[in-house]
Amino acid sequence: MATTAHDVEHAGGIGAGTAHGHAEHPPTSTGLDHRKLLMWAFLASDCMFFASLIATYVIYRNHSQQLGLGPFPNEVLDIPYTSISAAVLLFSSLTMVLALAAIQRNDVRGLRVWLGATSVLGIIFLGGQYFEFSEFYQVEGLSLRSNMFGASFFTLTGLHGTHVAIGVIWLLSLLFVSLRGGISQKDSLNVEIAGLYWHFVDIVWIVIFTLVYLIPYDEGEVTEGAEEAMVRLWQAVPFV
Amino acid sequence: MQSISRGDDGYSHGPGTQPGTDHLVDEHEGHPGERTYVKVAVILAVVTALEVAVYYIDALSDVLVPILAVLSIGKFVAVVGYFMHLKFDDRRFTWVFLTGLLIAASIVAALAAMFVYNDYEAFP
Repeated sequence: MATTAHDVEHAGGIGAGTAHGHAEHPPTSTGLDHRKLLMWAFLASDCMFFASLIATYVIYRNHSQQLGLGPFPNEVLDIPYTSISAAVLLFSSLTMVLALAAIQRNDVRGLRVWLGATSVLGIIFLGGQYFEFSEFYQVEGLSLRSNMFGASFFTLTGLHGTHVAIGVIWLLSLLFVSLRGGISQKDSLNVEIAGLYWHFVDIVWIVIFTLVYLIPYDEGEVTEGAEEAMVRLWQAVPFV
Repeated sequence: MQSISRGDDGYSHGPGTQPGTDHLVDEHEGHPGERTYVKVAVILAVVTALEVAVYYIDALSDVLVPILAVLSIGKFVAVVGYFMHLKFDDRRFTWVFLTGLLIAASIVAALAAMFVYNDYEAFP
């Protein structure tokens, strides 16, 4: 059997001519790389996190119209604007996977270019979200306390934006390490794991874009007595 | 089911993991190449444009939700399958993620049921 780089690594141990990114830990009982498995487990748990937020949003999506408490979603949501944001995030998934493909063939320059492009697209998305939030708050008068739409909308999209921001910081860190010569073909798993996180942020936005922006809202039939009930509920909350 | 062999090093060597190269994966190990990634991205962009177009077509308003659901699920599966490589990686990664998705779907269903089937007077 021909000796592989893997054999050399395990024979020599840590630091002895390490051939790839597994030099620092032994083979695992599952045969799978534990870092990658851990990332998939984390993403699975993050699905549950977003599921609870999305379910809450869906339950309350028409609540403000029923109470007659504006601003209403069909008045403030800007579909063309958000479509461009969605396209930007989708395109960033392509640049991310191209960054991974580049480092897997040991193209460090390609890695830097595509990592930089992904970071820039992520920052553009965040800038768009900041502008959208500012418009809603300052022009439309929508805030976390306006109504259930405001509370659930800002919580859901804000926490997604936080995920994007963490992803951008992660990607910029990888870019920084790469510029210092710290990433080569043997470290491609580090890029792959960051990529998994980035793509996850993208798939969450696919769901949010459809549920929050594209599925139409009720035109609004105010339920009798609902507004008074809402005021009583509001007064019952101790810290308001 | 994709085959998974176990090498001398103890790592599984199914699609995406080869002795000596481990996860230095590219098309020669079963992962798609850059051309495929670009094709998938173009398809995703077209589907997104389609979603937005469907939103503005009044004639489709009755079937808008099912159409959007199908298109979104298609995009979701394409990103997970191709960009996240689940289609090509070890099946156990898929099972881990599917378990999370299943629990997530259960959370949505449970919360929705809780509100749909509550018929008490919340604010008497």
